[in-house]
Amino acid sequence: MDLKEKLISSFWAFENHQNEDAYLHNIRTEAIKSFEDKGFPTKKEEAWKYTSLNSILKNDYSVFPKLENTIEYNDVKKYFIHDIDTYKIVFIDGKYSSHLSQTTHDGMDICLMSSALSKPKYRILIENYFNKIAKNDSLTSLNTAFSSEGAYIHIPKNKMVAKPIQILHFSTGNESAIMLQPRNLIVVDENSLVQIIERHQSLTDNTVLTNSVTEVFINKRAIVDYYKIQNDNLNASLIDNSYINQKQESICSVHTFSFGGKLTRNNLNFFQHGERINSTLKGITIIGDKQHVDHNTLVHHKEPNCESHQDYKGVFGENSTGVFNGKIIVDKEAQKTNAFQSNKNILISDKASINTKPQLEIFADDVKCSHGCTIGQLDESAMFYLRSRGIPEKEAKALLTYAFSNNVLNSVQIPEIKQRINKIIANKLGVNLGFDL
Amino acid sequence: MLKIKNLHASVEDKSILKGINLEIKPGEVHAIMGPNGSGKSTLASVIAGKEDYEVTDGEIFFEGKDINELAAEERAHKGIFLSFQYPVEIPGVSVTNFMKTAINETRKAKGLEDMPAKDMLKLIREKAELLEIDRKFLSRSLNEGFSGGEKKRNEIFQMAMLEPKLAILDETDSGLDIDALRIVANGVNKLKSKDNAVLVITHYQRLLDYIVPDFVHVLYKGRIVKSGTKELAHELEEKGYDWIKEEVNA
Ligand SMILES: Nc1ncnc2c1ncn2[C@@H]1O[C@H](COP(=O)(O)OP(=O)(O)OP(=O)(O)O)[C@@H](O)[C@H]1O
Ligand SMILES: [Mg+2]
Repeated sequence: MDLKEKLISSFWAFENHQNEDAYLHNIRTEAIKSFEDKGFPTKKEEAWKYTSLNSILKNDYSVFPKLENTIEYNDVKKYFIHDIDTYKIVFIDGKYSSHLSQTTHDGMDICLMSSALSKPKYRILIENYFNKIAKNDSLTSLNTAFSSEGAYIHIPKNKMVAKPIQILHFSTGNESAIMLQPRNLIVVDENSLVQIIERHQSLTDNTVLTNSVTEVFINKRAIVDYYKIQNDNLNASLIDNSYINQKQESICSVHTFSFGGKLTRNNLNFFQHGERINSTLKGITIIGDKQHVDHNTLVHHKEPNCESHQDYKGVFGENSTGVFNGKIIVDKEAQKTNAFQSNKNILISDKASINTKPQLEIFADDVKCSHGCTIGQLDESAMFYLRSRGIPEKEAKALLTYAFSNNVLNSVQIPEIKQRINKIIANKLGVNLGFDL
Repeated sequence: MLKIKNLHASVEDKSILKGINLEIKPGEVHAIMGPNGSGKSTLASVIAGKEDYEVTDGEIFFEGKDINELAAEERAHKGIFLSFQYPVEIPGVSVTNFMKTAINETRKAKGLEDMPAKDMLKLIREKAELLEIDRKFLSRSLNEGFSGGEKKRNEIFQMAMLEPKLAILDETDSGLDIDALRIVANGVNKLKSKDNAVLVITHYQRLLDYIVPDFVHVLYKGRIVKSGTKELAHELEEKGYDWIKEEVNA
């Protein structure tokens, strides 16, 4: 039985045990049908032309991982941003871990999707927001069909959430291969602010496939600052489907730091509904080995006077491959849109490759759009300059790689994240440069 | 200290240096002058170990050892420093962090521990003062957006930090205003001792009023065609290169 069939039959076994109301049952059954129709994406689809899922779909994934393993905080502390106080929503093999988490219901809800889906008091929000902007493409549908756990965050209006929220998904590899489908819903009401850090981390060498869906609703003048830290091991793959809905004058930035994992696909979608919205999408990708990272972004400008800024930097070593596919749609009504996109890449090995493709669909006439992509090597004259000062080749490469990508860090609002990313980069490049990168 | 014998070098099969002989002893200051395109910067880069240039014949000895096989960083660790004619901009790396890396990598190569942060800051402050470099400069990205003169001053600041045995200054004077020239020359002179040496590449006598050479060489078409004392520089300033070219071509 291939994975698709296995998922479908598991779904019916699972669904028959849920005693949910018709509302969710309908969403799920429609979703599984949509997945059944479409199947997993293949390279024949334009959006998947350069990313093949074949190698990761052939594993015999356990769809409902066995009972949770316990993990001690000290063993996993390093995966948290632990030098500052934060809320934490932590999952182990897809199950909530209360002893690693720190949630709240005090004036806001920073808690679990499972409660939100099952408890009546959350029902209005669920009916207003759950699965409202997630597309019905095959992977998102698959997640919707199975979605039972993840982070649920609701920040009511006029609230500055003082501490960042960390969402961590650990997998322990109880079984030789597991598939995880976390589902997050984040609703931020008017004038509120929240910072979120998301990370998926496998703690063993067992195979993991995560198909994650996150819906974020940002109401008027609210601010969301989202960081995705992707530094998983070489047997872990991640498909991240994020959908962000912004209302007027809201500000949202998503930074995606991709350093690890076997295959990482980031489907990051922004929908602007309202005027004077600001959307920022930034990323640093530094990979090697046979790693593959694919950034698939969409910014849909629907109304006038909005902005979007995309800045992705990629450094590809060894046999790694990268994809950047950035789509900007400017509707006819969306006059005075400013949309910028930049994707710059460095190949540090002959065998590495990157496919980069901007896609602009502009239907308004009074807009400022710019896009640019470059693929190059490390600058030889810069290398000689550094080496002539006594900096060895490897360190010089690292310094230039860091220098190339570090402007992306300027917009990071949490200093501890900046430090962490610098540390990961130094580690990744195998150097210690005598200062905190 | 430096002994160059019959050095031939080419880039992309184009022969540029065609038999250079030069010996520099500790404590000496040598100046190389010569028309544009004669090979001065090429010579400097070959000594510093730029890989684009292929040494096709001849030898370079530094402190008695053949350095032809050494990488640029290894030459730097031995005490060779090149002040670039065109310093490279490195956005994203601050002057301070760059210097920390350069100093500590050099120490590492010598089997020394990293310099304690406190000492490093003190050293940076001291040398910045010597070259009258504003503190704010040190946190800026290396050479990025620096004016021509600021870049050159920054090169000598790096030289002051690294205290090389042999400093090669490739047109360090070009782009400097009168005051900056004095400051930079003064910096170079302060670092001068009987144990180290300087090779100055310049087009103008002016710098040599401050950094007084023991020997002046004229490089033309990849060869040293004339050597003399500092009076030769005066003569060149007055008469230009035509008489030398005529002598050579005769
Ligand atoms: N990488 C290279 N590729 C091709 N030609 C080169 C390269 N580097 C130097 N040359 C050539 O070699 C010759 C010598 O160049 P070099 O820069 O050494 O001259 P220079 O004496 O320093 O001149 P200037 O006084 O203008 O600085 C020139 O004709 C130059 O075009
Ligand atoms: Mg030159």
